[in-house]
Amino acid sequence: MKLTSYTRFSGCGAKLGPGVLEQALCGLTQPAYPDLLADFQGGEDAGLFRLGAHSALVQTVDFFPPIVDDPHLFGRIAAANALSDIYAMGARPITALALVCHPLKALGLEPLKAMLAGGLEALTEAGCALLGGHSIEDPEPKLGYAITGLVDPARAWRNNTLRPGGRLILTKPIGTGLVNMALRAECASPESQAAAATAMATLNRVAAEVLSRFSVQACTDVTGFGLAGHAAEMAAGDVCGLAIRMDRVPLLPGVEEYAAMGLIPEGTYRNRDGRLRFLAGDLSSLALDLLFDPQTSGGLLAALPEAEAEPAMAALREAGVQAWIIGDTGGEPGQVRIL
Amino acid sequence: MNPICRVLDARGLPCPQPVILARKALAEGGFDLLEITVDDPASRENLLKFAAYAKCQVEEERVEGAQTRLRLTPSGASSPQAGEIPTCASAPEAGRAAVVLIAADGIGQGDLDLARLLMRGFLYTLTESEQLPRRVILMNSGVKLAIEGSGSLANLKKLEDRGVEVLSCGTCLEFYKLTDTLAVGGITNMYEIAGHLLEGPTVSIG
Repeated sequence: MKLTSYTRFSGCGAKLGPGVLEQALCGLTQPAYPDLLADFQGGEDAGLFRLGAHSALVQTVDFFPPIVDDPHLFGRIAAANALSDIYAMGARPITALALVCHPLKALGLEPLKAMLAGGLEALTEAGCALLGGHSIEDPEPKLGYAITGLVDPARAWRNNTLRPGGRLILTKPIGTGLVNMALRAECASPESQAAAATAMATLNRVAAEVLSRFSVQACTDVTGFGLAGHAAEMAAGDVCGLAIRMDRVPLLPGVEEYAAMGLIPEGTYRNRDGRLRFLAGDLSSLALDLLFDPQTSGGLLAALPEAEAEPAMAALREAGVQAWIIGDTGGEPGQVRIL
Repeated sequence: MNPICRVLDARGLPCPQPVILARKALAEGGFDLLEITVDDPASRENLLKFAAYAKCQVEEERVEGAQTRLRLTPSGASSPQAGEIPTCASAPEAGRAAVVLIAADGIGQGDLDLARLLMRGFLYTLTESEQLPRRVILMNSGVKLAIEGSGSLANLKKLEDRGVEVLSCGTCLEFYKLTDTLAVGGITNMYEIAGHLLEGPTVSIG
């Protein structure tokens, strides 16, 4: 059984482009609830709602079609990806609800069991209780979770609160969209597949715990909009922008070749067309195909003061988290410079 | 002399299918020019990248709307004369199936209703396709598609109108006692069928 053969798009590549969403939400407003701290109007990773002086609910939902053929692994990845938005807010996940679409006739019960088991394994690792969920019969399988977390709103990490003179740390290599396309074209090397699977199935929990010991200026997780798309959201604050050093960006093995072969997800082009205006600098076609590659369960992208960057890198390494310093904060607000 | 041309229709296919098709065709070889029609900008960009990767010369023709026709000349193939723009219009037969053999009234195992629905969908899609086979041959329960009251009758007639020869197996019609209700195409025998199947590329379905 090839799970990915039942889907047209994969993972976060199935996401609607940012431009489409902006148009759809344009003009929609809701009352100004006094305890509402972040909703769909902002570009935050998750919604934020105050419960008390030092606590707020953090809520997010994410679901998508299979990105790998192994159902257990897919379940893990779906949960890791959904939890990631909570970690990107510096919050602690507490409860989860599953969203399941399953072609029962075509696939039978076993893959569904394996997917849910994989998802529960990752939730358990996160200490996040699965309360229930909802399932529908659908020709295309999809799985995801709505996750609720808790955070002290004064300590929540926002994604667009950059300050100049900071360093940008990324905690996973990019290229999962390209590896997935190569997988569909049956030319992904075993090495690429294994590296992508490991990256996607890894929770951002430990990375977030380590980073919380430092003065995080801003944080997001790299998912469907690609590294440059999420960097553009970070740069959208009113103090400063950021710069990414292309030669420092960690890539999954093989992805440059897959991009050169034209194995590029449609989502990459949607991301690029929606966000290209925020980019400046060395914009080769290959660089754009890598920077806008939609990531599934990507790493955290965090900005720290320069003085704390190296100690944070050492602490991440010590905790077993891969991490790279890929750029700096500074420059024009709104702008992502590619060096 | 016209170049030997292979035509691929990649319209409506999601990424990376158009690139997979082009890659497969190049690996098989046997042509001077590979013409691929796509209908979305992502597939177009991906094929342009693939052409550069595979060291093909590429020419592009906007057809209509987002439709684009790309002509790839592999570096090993005899290159077209200067000033002569290669076109596939004169060689439409290349790369297309000569015969579609339909051996059942449904597609695949499993639920019967689904199988029949798929077959109906396939024949409808065929009528909409730019690349038509020369013949559709119906065998076993496939002959039920060509009788009065069949949901696929109109589509088979449409194919016939577009020059596709529709042939039903006579032995099969007799076995199912349907010879009198045949409503489209002609009747054929195993001798002719075997000849047609061996004369060129065949797609078997059902």
